[in-house]
Amino acid sequence: MSKIVRRQAEDIDLEAYSQRAEEHPYEEDPSQLPADEKGRMAEAGVVLDDPSQRSGTFLQIDHSVVHSKAWEEGLEVMASTEALKRYPWLSDYWWRAVAVDADKFTAEAERHQNHGYFIRALPGVKAIHPLQACLYLAQHGLAQNVHNLIIVEEGSELHIITGCTTAPRLEIEGLHIGISEFYVKRGAKLTFTMIHNWAPRMAVRPRTGVIIEEGGVFLNNYICLKPVGSLQMYPTARCVGENAIVRFNSVLMASPGTRMDVGSRAILSARGSRAEIISRAVTTGGSIIARGHLVGEVPDVKGHLECRGLILAKEGSIHAIPELDGRVADVALSHEAAVGKIAEEELEYLMARGLSRSEAVAVIVRGFLSVDIEGLPPQLEAQLQRAIELSEKEIL
Amino acid sequence: MLRVEGLKVGVDGKEIIHGVSLSIGVGETHVLFGPNGSGKTTLLMAIMGFPRYRVTEGRIFFKGEDITHFPVNERAGLGIGIAFQRPPVVRGVKTRDVVKACLGDREDGAVVEEMAARLNLVELMDREVNHGFSGGELKRSELLQLIAQSPELVLLDEPDSGVDLVNISLVGGMINELLQKDRMRTRTHSGLIITHTGHILDYVNADKAYVFLNGLLWCQGNPRELLASIKSHGYEGCAVCQK
Repeated sequence: MSKIVRRQAEDIDLEAYSQRAEEHPYEEDPSQLPADEKGRMAEAGVVLDDPSQRSGTFLQIDHSVVHSKAWEEGLEVMASTEALKRYPWLSDYWWRAVAVDADKFTAEAERHQNHGYFIRALPGVKAIHPLQACLYLAQHGLAQNVHNLIIVEEGSELHIITGCTTAPRLEIEGLHIGISEFYVKRGAKLTFTMIHNWAPRMAVRPRTGVIIEEGGVFLNNYICLKPVGSLQMYPTARCVGENAIVRFNSVLMASPGTRMDVGSRAILSARGSRAEIISRAVTTGGSIIARGHLVGEVPDVKGHLECRGLILAKEGSIHAIPELDGRVADVALSHEAAVGKIAEEELEYLMARGLSRSEAVAVIVRGFLSVDIEGLPPQLEAQLQRAIELSEKEIL
Repeated sequence: MLRVEGLKVGVDGKEIIHGVSLSIGVGETHVLFGPNGSGKTTLLMAIMGFPRYRVTEGRIFFKGEDITHFPVNERAGLGIGIAFQRPPVVRGVKTRDVVKACLGDREDGAVVEEMAARLNLVELMDREVNHGFSGGELKRSELLQLIAQSPELVLLDEPDSGVDLVNISLVGGMINELLQKDRMRTRTHSGLIITHTGHILDYVNADKAYVFLNGLLWCQGNPRELLASIKSHGYEGCAVCQK
């Protein structure tokens, strides 16, 4: 008889990683970085050669801020450590969306912080191009503990692409702890797209909290199609203002050796607020726990959770854990979840059109991962498609 | 073009077709009449090569080659195409992607776009294939895929069921195009069409028809004459007729 496994988050030994990193020099022109590093960053959505498609760039390698600049008026980008010095009022935002004592990783980030970014859109500013941030781990065995803060002030709109990646060495080991606190003010809109391209022996522990005020919109897209040793995250968005909207889209692919425990949580604490959580998970041999949690705390809120998983290899596993948590009457929370292999009927349908079996699998997986992400700017859409196409080689 | 010899086919261990032989020449169109559950679809699925439909006896030849044990995609590659009666929804895959797959290496993209426009299918091109399609839309989408694929042998499973009067002439026109009905001497495409009602024969000319009963070809003849006889006597009449 098989055992029932309780799905606890995997522990990481903090002592196993070094806190000391070599300094990397500041680059006025980040296009001068070595081609292989830029290549890794480009795969994670961060483009340094043609900045015309971006409104600003933040680049951190190990513990060094290598570049930080905004080109569009009304946007601020800098290291969060510098922002804390410059703006004393930031204490109202620091550790307010994520609890410092949430777990040992948040505590570790507080004790040994290595920068992270501060990004702010001033009131009413509508950024034309996405702003990009890259957190890059180059030194083998390093712990990188960043603390990020995004404030989208009243009525402003901002797209942010965050690419997290490592030096192009398969054997690289490291620990990335990323605290992220986002504030979406009244009537503001933040589209946050994060692409994770880690390495097979990396441990990654993001801790994200988002606060959305009245009429604010937070769209979160998370894409992780590359191997990662151990990844565990459960970003939580709280709708505190009336009619606030949150949407999480996650696209996950786990190859053999990859262990992912990824969820999205939305807490609906104000009337009229709405949440949608969509996740697509594919395993070609790795294990995925796909979680989702909707909490309705007040009447007249609505949330839907959709979690679908495809298991393409015998060794792969997907454990979907959708949770609906209604705490008053008059909430409308729903979910649908499905995990399994590709239906034979669908494969044969495409094969009758002349595709080989593996081509048919690739077409179905590509379609499965291409969730229709509302509000995604065309360049991000292209980015997602590219990432999916790159991962296709691994499926075939 | 197609020769079926003494074919027996089982589904999930149960024999459905008990020995069928037929032959379709180059450029010919044949029609299968028969009540529900008589095994018409099973025959088409077995000719296309779907693994669930197991040939237990007999052989299938296509253009002289024994394809009895060829996988479905190889049969498609050789020039056999099928329009399903109830095609499955393939979640996440757009109609356009499937049409592209049908085109294969041929660069007829513009032709397909033009065809989609003519068939009022432009909107469906960017929708998940078969998801929420109406009866008529399903048939037209299936036929568009076949036009892109341009098979030499066209297998059509009830192209007229669930199609309203406005759509049926559109569907008929597409089938005539698939079967190159505008050509007389140079026609190379052949067809095998299942029809329950015979409506499609108002639009598409067929050379020969069969009545299919209980997994057997009961009789064959002129399509219009057979249809008229079925209309007046029903399939019960067919059964009695042979006895």
